[in-house]
Amino acid sequence: MESVLIFKAIFILVVFGITLLTATYSTLAERKVAGFLQDRLGPDRAGPYGLLQPLADAVKMFFKEEFIPSSANKWLFIAGPSLAMLTALMTSAVVPFGDSIIWDGQEFKLQGMEINIGILYVFGIVSLGVYGIMVGGWASNNKFSLLGAIRAASQNISYELAMGLSIIAIMMMTGSLDLNAVVKGQAGFHGMAWNVFYQPLACIIFIVCAFAECNRTPFDLPECETELVGGYHTEYSSMKLGLYLFSEYTNMFVSSAVISILFFGGYNFPGQDLLPFSHNVITIIGAAVFFGKILFFIFFFMWVRWTLPRFRYDQLMGLGWKSLLPLAIVNVMITGAVILLTGK
Amino acid sequence: MQVSSPQDYLPIIIQFALALGFVVLSMIASHAIGPKRKAKIKDEQWECGIESVGDARAPISIKYFLVAILFVLFDVEVIFMYPWAVNFRYLGWIGFVEMVIFMGFLLTGYFYIIKKGVLNWE
Repeated sequence: MESVLIFKAIFILVVFGITLLTATYSTLAERKVAGFLQDRLGPDRAGPYGLLQPLADAVKMFFKEEFIPSSANKWLFIAGPSLAMLTALMTSAVVPFGDSIIWDGQEFKLQGMEINIGILYVFGIVSLGVYGIMVGGWASNNKFSLLGAIRAASQNISYELAMGLSIIAIMMMTGSLDLNAVVKGQAGFHGMAWNVFYQPLACIIFIVCAFAECNRTPFDLPECETELVGGYHTEYSSMKLGLYLFSEYTNMFVSSAVISILFFGGYNFPGQDLLPFSHNVITIIGAAVFFGKILFFIFFFMWVRWTLPRFRYDQLMGLGWKSLLPLAIVNVMITGAVILLTGK
Repeated sequence: MQVSSPQDYLPIIIQFALALGFVVLSMIASHAIGPKRKAKIKDEQWECGIESVGDARAPISIKYFLVAILFVLFDVEVIFMYPWAVNFRYLGWIGFVEMVIFMGFLLTGYFYIIKKGVLNWE
């Protein structure tokens, strides 16, 4: 038991570091991808190929003046970005990054927390994320911030419904709320029985909702600069602003991980049962493949951001309530009927 | 289905401690390092350079409230479906028909709010 706990502590520390590192370099990747898509270079001054840019940004953020408006609620103003970052960092605990490592006859699962309600945990934490934005926007005591915050709250809760419903189809197929069980359920056909082939509609709904939950373009109305100056973080400066922006990239990392787990096979990769390697080697290759999938989806988030224009607010709410919600319900019903008819 | 024991949840404390430590440290560091200059006009909330009128403790559109109430209603239904989905194979056709009836009630309410124009943003 002790050795397992020590392993878990080290594993969580490593995952924590990887999450932060990926989020940090996503800020650079975002600008590089934007540069690539708009046929320019992107940042290239700090270090070779601009690789030190995130470090320079962080230092700049820390040395900026920390501004709190005199009419703001001081403690809530500080609590806003803290909550946003805290919730963003909590989700990675249940993500299965790989199968298991067998060491000295003992099996160590590459998952921070092995619980059978992983999906519920993710949803619980994700829905807490809206408080960070809401509290910060309200405490700023600025009309633009307030509008941005209310928009964010309204949008997040609307898309959470369709998101929750699209997952139900996956749970009916797997019969479990455990993320690891969901991944294991996709191991058939030499590691190619990914849920996206069985549940394409649920996959599309989930990805659209993930974009809305992360407040990413085309659903970035909470910080719509043409209407709301800077949205909920108009009043924020220095590392408080930094934490808001950083939490967005952390959320993107976690969303990409959850998308890959639920629909794209997690750490399964084609031909995994045909390779003549030991269990541990397969696990390590699987973890690397999983990380590759995460990076792909982070790139996908950026690709969409620099390709599509923004929705109008009534279109956004209409899409969530009038299209995605009924579609998700229909998908659950069809999945149920098909499972019962085919008896699988 | 496997059962989780309380010690399976222990790692969450480690995760929480790490996350909290990171947030608190960066907040304190940013507070300690950055310069602070205070002035009456500078400390006002900023609204596009135009002199601000009143503050943001004003009433807002009722639509947002309605959306929040509807969310609570529908989200309870979604959570209600989770245990059903996990035990779906075990419940079989009877469970499926029961859920279709339940969904029928839910969708009736849904069409009612659509027809009432609750989700029209004009």
